[in-house]
Amino acid sequence: MKLSKTFVTAVSVLTLSASSAWAQDMTIVSWGGAYSKSQQLAYHDPYMAANPGVNIINDESSAEAVAKLRAMNEAGNVTWDVVDVVASDAIRLCDEGLALEIDADTQLADGADGSKASDDFGDLLVSDCFIPQIVYSTTFGYRTDLVGNTPPTDVCAVFDTATYPGKRSLEKRPINNMEWALICDGVAKADVYDVLQTEEGQTRAFAKLDTIKDDVIWWSAGADTPQLLADGEVVMGSTYNGRLFSLIEEQKQPVAMLWDAQVFDLDGWIIPAGLTPEREAAALAYVKFATDTQRLADQAKYISYGPARASSAPLVGKHADLGIEMAPHMPTDPNNAKNTFLYNYEWWADYRDDLDAKFQAWLAK
Amino acid sequence: MSDTTQNGPVLAADGTPLKRSLQRALRRQKLRALALIAPLLVFILITFIAPIADMLFRSVENEIVSDTLPKTVVELRDWQFASGQAPSEAVFAALAEDLQVAIAKKLHTRLGSRLNYEKTGISSLFRKSGRTVKKWDIPNDGPYREKFIALDKNWGDPEIWQVIKTYSTKYTNGYFLNAIDMEKSPTGPRMRDESQQIYLLLFQRTMFLSITITLSCLILGYPVAWLLSNIPMRTSNLLMILVLLPFWTSLLVRTSAWKVLLQQQGVINDVLVWIGLVADDNRLIMINNQFGTIVAMTHILLPFMILPLFSVMRTIPPSYLRAAKSMGASDWRAFWRVYFPQSVPGIGAGSILVFILAIGYYITPELVGGTTGVFISNRIAYHISSSLNWGLGAALGSILLLLVLALYWLYDRIVGIDNVKLG
Repeated sequence: MKLSKTFVTAVSVLTLSASSAWAQDMTIVSWGGAYSKSQQLAYHDPYMAANPGVNIINDESSAEAVAKLRAMNEAGNVTWDVVDVVASDAIRLCDEGLALEIDADTQLADGADGSKASDDFGDLLVSDCFIPQIVYSTTFGYRTDLVGNTPPTDVCAVFDTATYPGKRSLEKRPINNMEWALICDGVAKADVYDVLQTEEGQTRAFAKLDTIKDDVIWWSAGADTPQLLADGEVVMGSTYNGRLFSLIEEQKQPVAMLWDAQVFDLDGWIIPAGLTPEREAAALAYVKFATDTQRLADQAKYISYGPARASSAPLVGKHADLGIEMAPHMPTDPNNAKNTFLYNYEWWADYRDDLDAKFQAWLAK
Repeated sequence: MSDTTQNGPVLAADGTPLKRSLQRALRRQKLRALALIAPLLVFILITFIAPIADMLFRSVENEIVSDTLPKTVVELRDWQFASGQAPSEAVFAALAEDLQVAIAKKLHTRLGSRLNYEKTGISSLFRKSGRTVKKWDIPNDGPYREKFIALDKNWGDPEIWQVIKTYSTKYTNGYFLNAIDMEKSPTGPRMRDESQQIYLLLFQRTMFLSITITLSCLILGYPVAWLLSNIPMRTSNLLMILVLLPFWTSLLVRTSAWKVLLQQQGVINDVLVWIGLVADDNRLIMINNQFGTIVAMTHILLPFMILPLFSVMRTIPPSYLRAAKSMGASDWRAFWRVYFPQSVPGIGAGSILVFILAIGYYITPELVGGTTGVFISNRIAYHISSSLNWGLGAALGSILLLLVLALYWLYDRIVGIDNVKLG
């Protein structure tokens, strides 16, 4: 009895290893949670159905992707095939020579409307290594029951503790907060980075942030602000727009979006440098499939992030479970995008180290 | 009648001198013992000693500048910052040559991000220049000085060149200076601008919070361990499960639970408001500050204090206390003069464990520490995983390691490391 059991186990282990040797494993790294689920449904499942030889393995390490890729590269053993990162990390990886350079027109699919990939993605191709996937935004949500009869319409409500008393949550890093502080201190949107480049401009931004320093809860995980809003711990807070969508539409909390001065940011794929030619070809084939017009539009059925291709926008339909139209919840929807700005990657690549040190010193004081 | 009178070495049965034969047998035994521990030794060397050594080395290693710009670095030796001018054509020609090689290997942007840690703007300077320099025909396109300055006026800035010159050595103390809020300058090391000083403050805070956490673990853990070791085995085993239970729960769950309890709209504040101890508009702030960090980390590290204390206290015979009392000692005197000294090895072991674990914690402080309750390890984690300034992260880590070793030495001098027992 026992012997036969051992035998069966041994045989099944053998078949398993044989079948996995036959199927090509592909490790795709992403953020986990609802976001990975939307990728599984929109990209991975259809791709595996169309290519029975490929077996996609999910890894949820995107938050440490840059450091881990660097370590893998130093060790000479890159185990990842495709990695989902934010655009600033893609630039960093490209600078470090850790990501493969991509020629959009020859290596990515043309748009469904016949446009070239480089035109379809347009300005969103912010780095030679980056294959854009979604546009998301960092924006504010507020408790509708804690703001009285005058709901905020303007990002400067964050700095207005007289009209909107209570705590606010902001991300524990200088990016975005410095820009909002300057805008609310009267700097025109177009001049923000010119001002922030100067010593006086930085002092000015910190002085503005000083006015609300005691009223801020600083977050470092995307889930913090939704939790703080749901508990009524803060009256308003910044986070990613998809998190607020699920708080409002799925969990039905008394929270509303304040789209004003939302900061667009991009998330997309990179392929690590140093893969074997076969793995590199397989990764490129996957990425070409996963970033075509239809696939990008499909992802918006599961999560409220805007597709990075212009040609995908008309194809965005209803949420797969809730059945509501997704277009009005996209950060790129004209009603939401009246006043926006795009994360300035080049500028922050230079100033991030310096301003982060100053920001942390300011926080610790 | 006997051979013992014979002079000369004592011989073994096979005729070799006994001493040598014994040595040979012992050597074989030693080799066998070494072979037995060899797997562990190799394992520790590879997974523990080597990475630490590698990390310590990174805090001074700085070969990237001289490796990427070998000719420029040599040419730059004669240039002086005091001249107030950008270097001569020879340096720029060498730079053009070096850059083209580096661009082909995609190393120029890596050097740019390395130097950007020292001076803001170098990252984009190298990235931008790379796109143009790639197309130059070297060495026929000269002179390069004007071409570079036309490409980006920052190439004419002596400060940029000073940074390249300062960091052109293979080894640097720059990371260590950064780690103690100092910086290199043409006139030698100096303190950083006050708006950028943070690490010394964080080191102090890390020490203060870790000591506070160790003390509160001791104050809470001592009575618990005493109770556990003085009740019947059956009950103490049951209670021991209660001590261990939180140990088996995820760290994140425990930390999040403290959020629910301590936040302003949380359980404790709600109860206090309900019984009228605290006004509704004046709720206590107990989280996102040092208090939150101390509470959450004391809870998380408490078992590491209780377990060594318990195992030491179990070995103290209760008859000693009874004997002391029977000779007229008061309860307090009997405890303080008889029981407490015997439990000191447990206190030592528990405190060292808790302190060393606390000093390296960063997840819990990140989640509940707000701005005043974060540790130096949060910054180390940031530099390792986010800013990729591994050199600075390594320097901060080395200093932390030295601090711990210094405290360990101090402990050995005051209490004695022999006087530490885990059971």
